[in-house]
Amino acid sequence: MGSYIPATGEERKAMLAALGLSSTEELFQVVPEQARVHELNLPEGLSEMEVARKVSGLAERNVRFRSVFRGAGAYRHHIPAIVKTVTSREEFVTAYTPYQAEISQGILQSIFEYQTQICELTGMDVSNASVYDGAVAAAEGCLMCMERRRNGVILAGTADPQVREVVETYCESRGVPVTVLPVSDGATSTDDLRAALSEGTACVYVQSPNYYGVLEDMDALVAAAHEAGARVVMGANPISLGLLKTPGEYGADIAVGEGQPLGMPLGFGGPYLGFMACRKELMRRLPGRIVGETVDGEGRRAFVLTLQAREQHIRREKASSNICSNEALCAMTASVYLAAVGPQGLRRVAENSAAHAHYLAGKLASVPGFALRHKGREFFHEFLTDCPVDPDMLCSRLAERGILGGLPVEGGLLWCCTELCTRNDMDELVTAIREVCAQ
Amino acid sequence: MKLLFERSRPGRCESIIPPCDVEQAQFSPSLLRAAAPRLPEIAEVDLGRHYTELASQTHGVNKGFYPLGSCTMKYNPRVNEEMAALPGFTDIHPLQPAETAQGCLEVLYETERLLCEITGMDGMTMQPAAGAHGEYTGLLLIRRYHLSRGDTARTKIIVPDSAHGTNPASATMAGFTVVSVPSNAEGGVDIEALRKAVGPDTAGLMLTNPNTVGLFDPAILDITRIVHEAGGLCYYDGANLNAVMGHARPGDMGFDCVHLNLHKTFSTPHGGGGPGCGPAGCKAFLEPFLPGPRVRKEESRFTFFQPEKSMGRVRSFCGNFLVAVKALTYILTLGREGIPEASAMAVLNANYLMKKLAGHYDMAYDTLCMHEFVMSLEKQKNELGVSAMDVAKSLLDYGIHPPTMYFPLIVHEALMVEPTETESPETLDDAAEAFLSILEQARTDAAHLHGAPHHCPIGRPDEVRAARTPVLRYDFGQK
Repeated sequence: MGSYIPATGEERKAMLAALGLSSTEELFQVVPEQARVHELNLPEGLSEMEVARKVSGLAERNVRFRSVFRGAGAYRHHIPAIVKTVTSREEFVTAYTPYQAEISQGILQSIFEYQTQICELTGMDVSNASVYDGAVAAAEGCLMCMERRRNGVILAGTADPQVREVVETYCESRGVPVTVLPVSDGATSTDDLRAALSEGTACVYVQSPNYYGVLEDMDALVAAAHEAGARVVMGANPISLGLLKTPGEYGADIAVGEGQPLGMPLGFGGPYLGFMACRKELMRRLPGRIVGETVDGEGRRAFVLTLQAREQHIRREKASSNICSNEALCAMTASVYLAAVGPQGLRRVAENSAAHAHYLAGKLASVPGFALRHKGREFFHEFLTDCPVDPDMLCSRLAERGILGGLPVEGGLLWCCTELCTRNDMDELVTAIREVCAQ
Repeated sequence: MKLLFERSRPGRCESIIPPCDVEQAQFSPSLLRAAAPRLPEIAEVDLGRHYTELASQTHGVNKGFYPLGSCTMKYNPRVNEEMAALPGFTDIHPLQPAETAQGCLEVLYETERLLCEITGMDGMTMQPAAGAHGEYTGLLLIRRYHLSRGDTARTKIIVPDSAHGTNPASATMAGFTVVSVPSNAEGGVDIEALRKAVGPDTAGLMLTNPNTVGLFDPAILDITRIVHEAGGLCYYDGANLNAVMGHARPGDMGFDCVHLNLHKTFSTPHGGGGPGCGPAGCKAFLEPFLPGPRVRKEESRFTFFQPEKSMGRVRSFCGNFLVAVKALTYILTLGREGIPEASAMAVLNANYLMKKLAGHYDMAYDTLCMHEFVMSLEKQKNELGVSAMDVAKSLLDYGIHPPTMYFPLIVHEALMVEPTETESPETLDDAAEAFLSILEQARTDAAHLHGAPHHCPIGRPDEVRAARTPVLRYDFGQK
């Protein structure tokens, strides 16, 4: 069996003797017999060699696709080598939350740098140190907007369904009523929003690019929400912000999103990164850790966890959120990624992803039955098409060729391209689709 | 040291992303951002050195002793990291068909099964991404259960005054009001106060056992019975499971649901504040309310299914999956014998270190402890003017991460010490010497302690200034 305990048998005896005990069993005498367990039904322990073989065997049971044309909340981008080497450094990996600033300046500074980069990306004033994922960021963002007489949330029906579900879970338990807007040709209609807004609306959550990849008319939606006195929580894909207008420029009050595209692998769904940023006036409502700059006794620049009066360990049941551990190493991953690619590189990732998606949409439109669903809507790197055959059948045929096709959605397929989907990959995909559909 | 932005020079090129191989997409000008984000432009060599320097200013458990109470900073095995980095896990899309991700589903299924056995629960979700998230999920199970029975009067959650701050905060998020019950002189739940607190409005109790003073509550069976008799449910905060795994199970103590911190008990690293993983488990009668999807095994195939009365998602996809891979690797390594051995040694190490310090430092409770113990510096504060903070900051100069300070709130000038099972007797002996030297210095040269640390990259930061005049991002020289 494997073990990470250094103490030898002799040492254990000596330690027990120092306590006047003869066995470790005596340390558990306080536990009532009814609550004791004397043997667990677990497999016998394994050596490192055996466990590595066993777990590697599980990894080998998964299918890795050569080409991935599926996104819908999880995006396969190129991850620069330096991102992986920096974020696997043991000092960063094996630290706890930086409570002791004097020996945690590395982590604290990296979070401060991350906060700055998120502010730059989103056009906002203040960022927190991260939350669990993009869906929880949306939920926490909505809860930040609650006022005594305004406690309703309006959700765009075009938001990612998983994000909607998490927002609904968080709102239901807080007694916050949620209204979901209808989807109007792949986007959110300003008229529908106006009709749903009321004096009780605390905020509107809109995601752009939305679940269908469509860019929403954010100027009109933000104006409508603000006219009615409601705040706007805008969800954004961080890659798109290398190119597209920011939540700050649109006048949104809070920007949230899934940070996974910034250097995190698909990882079957996690660890991912929820980013949250807001305007200065909402700063003290932000949940979670925030790092601030200060000085030490000698006037040297220093970073600390700050504005802690918002947090659970001080405020307990009155805290702005219960969050404690967040996704610090993922935040560092995003920060290294953004520094590695720089402003031009990020723009190129965004441009190439969008260019590939537009190329593929054009190619697919030439295949009978694969019409673009939301013609006339501008989209970023995802789009929905019809599918003339059973979408699941088509995807399994593509899988045989090492291709992960679009996600079956509403009878069609939701496609995604990133910079990794080269022209050759896309041409191969379209050829494969033609062949499958001809059969 | 310099910030990333202070190292940036316009025009430093990157060669990571190739030029586009198809025609650019055209967007309406109104959809484009006005100016590029001011991201740093740094050569790779300097970027690498930047983080090497940051790493040198970071203390992790793989660098040195980290007896941070209630955080279970045990050694993070390398093989776990290697397994979680396998491309067969990292490169799997969470929405690819289940038949192409059988290995991932098996990881989830097996991890859930093993953790259920360790806790005495019947079902579990891996969606929660951290302990507090798991607490929230567990409380929603309680909420859904009462509502499903039409019992809308149960709006209160009982929390001991020694509880971690996330407990009351999670209860609020789950829509409950919090009733605090006091601790008794032995550090356990005051049974009479609990009897008075329960009633038809009791939704449940949240309890950490062993509790935050490192003691197993001997009245645990009475506590859970009192809550059950009042119609409430019992929630086990697994923060301190490392003390009892393999020796006692929350399910056998009378708890109905639990959360675990895989990043504490099951050796996955904490990453400077996450990612963690906080699975929430429950007895069979609560399983229909769990978040979905869950994984089941049909003959030799693994499939997803939706629990019939699910509370809905608390996170996208299946949570921090790669963290589950690390925990699974750990549990398979330790196995049937290793799990109880780890907790036994965690408790032995804590008692050994406590014994070495007792007689010099005042222990909050004069009894055998579980995996951690709490000291009070109240006497030193009064007599020598040396606080728990001074001792903690002095430890930094010895290369030791200080214990948790000023928690739990029920002990004045508290230092909470949790050595974990992965430290050798020499490490404990050295730490004890450091603690005793500091105490000696408190008598001879208290001023030195007030000024500690003396050998860290910075001295004590001005936290008041940080909070009063918040500087939360770099200003690019535009004050």
